[in-house]
Amino acid sequence: MRIVVAVKQVPDTAEVRIDEERGTLIREGIPSILNPFDEYALEEAMKWRDELGGTVTVITMGPPQAEAVLREAVSMGADEAVLLSDRAFAGADTWATSHTLAKAVEKMGDVDIVMTGKQAIDGDTAQTGPSIAASLDWPQITFVGFVQELNQDSIVAERYVEGGCEVIRSSLPVVITVLKDANIPRLPSLRGKMKSRKIEIPVWGREDLELPEDEVGLDGSPTRVVSITTPEIISNGEIHHGDSEYLAKLLVDSLLGSEVT
Amino acid sequence: MNYYLSEELNDIKELCAEIALKYILPVRAELDEENRFPREIIKVMADSDLCGIYIPEEFGGSAEMFGGGSMALTVATEELSKACGGVAVSYAANALGAMPILISGSEEQKKKYLPDLASGKHLAAFALTESEAGSDAGRVKTKAVKDGDSYVLNGTKQWITNGGEAQIYTVIAQTDPSRGARGLSAFIVEEGTPGFSYGKKEDKMGIRASSTMELIFEDCRIPASNLIAREGHGFLVAMKTLNKSRPGVAAQAVGIAQGALDEAAKYASERVQFGQRIDSFQGIQFMLADMATQVEAARALVYGVSKMIDSDARKYEKESAMAKVFASDVAMKVTTDAVQILGGYGYMKEYPVEKMMRDAKITQIYEGTNQIQRSVIASALIKETAARGK
Ligand SMILES: Cc1cc2nc3c(=O)[nH]c(=O)nc-3n(C[C@H](O)[C@H](O)[C@H](O)COP(=O)(O)OP(=O)(O)OC[C@H]3O[C@@H](n4cnc5c(N)ncnc54)[C@H](O)[C@@H]3O)c2cc1C
Ligand SMILES: Cc1cc2nc3c(=O)[nH]c(=O)nc-3n(C[C@H](O)[C@H](O)[C@H](O)COP(=O)(O)OP(=O)(O)OC[C@H]3O[C@@H](n4cnc5c(N)ncnc54)[C@H](O)[C@@H]3O)c2cc1C
Repeated sequence: MRIVVAVKQVPDTAEVRIDEERGTLIREGIPSILNPFDEYALEEAMKWRDELGGTVTVITMGPPQAEAVLREAVSMGADEAVLLSDRAFAGADTWATSHTLAKAVEKMGDVDIVMTGKQAIDGDTAQTGPSIAASLDWPQITFVGFVQELNQDSIVAERYVEGGCEVIRSSLPVVITVLKDANIPRLPSLRGKMKSRKIEIPVWGREDLELPEDEVGLDGSPTRVVSITTPEIISNGEIHHGDSEYLAKLLVDSLLGSEVT
Repeated sequence: MNYYLSEELNDIKELCAEIALKYILPVRAELDEENRFPREIIKVMADSDLCGIYIPEEFGGSAEMFGGGSMALTVATEELSKACGGVAVSYAANALGAMPILISGSEEQKKKYLPDLASGKHLAAFALTESEAGSDAGRVKTKAVKDGDSYVLNGTKQWITNGGEAQIYTVIAQTDPSRGARGLSAFIVEEGTPGFSYGKKEDKMGIRASSTMELIFEDCRIPASNLIAREGHGFLVAMKTLNKSRPGVAAQAVGIAQGALDEAAKYASERVQFGQRIDSFQGIQFMLADMATQVEAARALVYGVSKMIDSDARKYEKESAMAKVFASDVAMKVTTDAVQILGGYGYMKEYPVEKMMRDAKITQIYEGTNQIQRSVIASALIKETAARGK
């Protein structure tokens, strides 16, 4: 079983500041971490590798310093890592990012499953996984809360959707996105930590992936962030003071008088 | 103080800190309250490769990577003890139990027992103490009688850390009562051996997550090949074991003290009385300054002796005793002062320092009381002085 886990380096807080003019995140001064949701994808991949044999390869697309999250994944038990990094990749939207990641999966050749976290905590799009599947033209199972079965030919997974659970069987290869419900991610091990310092991580650029310039980075991105704003919170709350009898009457009157049915 | 630990030792420190944060802190009060052994936490440590850091690579461990294993164990035990002294000793006592095999076991014994201890599949315990043999360990009465290719054990051990949880027990028993301490021998007894059962589990003041149990041997027959070293070498094996493991108790003491200091310093920076933070009062400042200095001095002593052991020093009995005495006395003092700095809150179970004060006490008692350690230091000193006089 060859499993690829696509991971992302994200700022260590959901409350990053936004550069109002450029509509982008200000990353300076904020420590970077492995996207927390990706830990569940990684654990799921390693759990099945431990059971079935095979390898887990982590990949990420990002600047050279994104290598840190790959090393972290290796310290937790990933077997191999590949960094997709090239100046030409800068400014990619989810389409261009997924397309680049998909090309790397294709280049590896014999991949059975691609796993990703449900979403990244910075962009919150939850599109990268599905979009990798589209680019590879593979089936996909998103929001997987439990993998019931996995073998060389097929997977049976529970997809947690609002108000229910879909049990889906798919042939391999397949892309799945994993929820926090799936497992408890393991801690790094000492051997993993040592390996993570020594392992050579190949860097693949645009040319290694044989991607034309207009399919990567800003030029390959069909979408643009036009602006990012904080929605105005419209609050119509009123605060009244008084004894309980008065307040109860006020409340009843206002409910009766309102449009609420 | 920065000790510029190797990257590998830092890995241990980081990993133990992460385990403490994610797995120990959330449950330590519960483990203490319920007198419950932290089986799940030990499993996490095993999965993180922490159980083999003092065992050589050829037996499934990784001691070489850390320069020998003593510093490794010290760093791990200290870090875990910052969060919970009870969990930490449950981990460290495995090394105590394995030490007789590691130090004096045969090649076959090492091959048979160490790999499962290194992986954390098995836990170990060391059984020396009996009701009438505490400080006076030479008075062990448990008998081991040779019968063909077996020994038959009879007797009761008390207060055995990891008792009931461990699978492998190293047991000191009498093979020749006429020779006293020189008639003692060390054996390996596996859990489940007929005639070997557990007695009562103790209800303790502190380190309540740790299991302390009675071991009962009634015509317990073990293979003669489970004898460690030779007949009559048991006392020596026990003393060598304790000399090597005492820095572990010292590391536990340093960790508990550091944990209490951290709590006290944080509390003092937040608590306001008389309109100001209490750490603005010189009375509190000087206490904190002394606590911090004592903890650092204790750590220096423990790291010093651990490095001596990792450098294959021939003798370190005196230094090992010094580290244990000093660090455990510091732990008692610092935890008591931490309770004082927290005032009434320090006395309450909602705050962790009262537990730390209870946990600290044992470090002055087990693996040789501090009185016995002082005797060891003094007799080494007297010998050295005499040798110099010649
Ligand atoms: C929680 C716990 C866990 C333990 N775990 C283990 C274990 O895993 N394995 C094991 O074998 N044992 C274990 N022990 C036993 C421990 O090592 C003994 O309690 C310790 O050695 C002291 O022996 P004692 O309690 O019989 O005290 P005693 O020897 O009766 O001592 C009583 C007091 O007299 C003092 N004293 C005794 N002799 C002298 C002397 N010559 N000079 C001056 N003062 C002296 C002592 O310092 C002490 O203050 C454990 C004990 C406890 C409490
Ligand atoms: C079991 C128990 C029973 C109690 N029973 C009663 C009771 O029946 N009735 C009652 O009224 N109260 C009672 N108390 C409260 C008790 O009197 C207070 O806890 C005590 O006065 C200390 O106050 P504190 O805990 O708020 O500590 P703090 O006043 O917050 O003191 C914290 C630390 O700062 C130090 N400190 C504070 N100010 C200074 C300063 N200016 N200079 C130097 N150091 C300073 C203190 O000495 C202490 O070490 C009880 C407390 C306990 C724990």
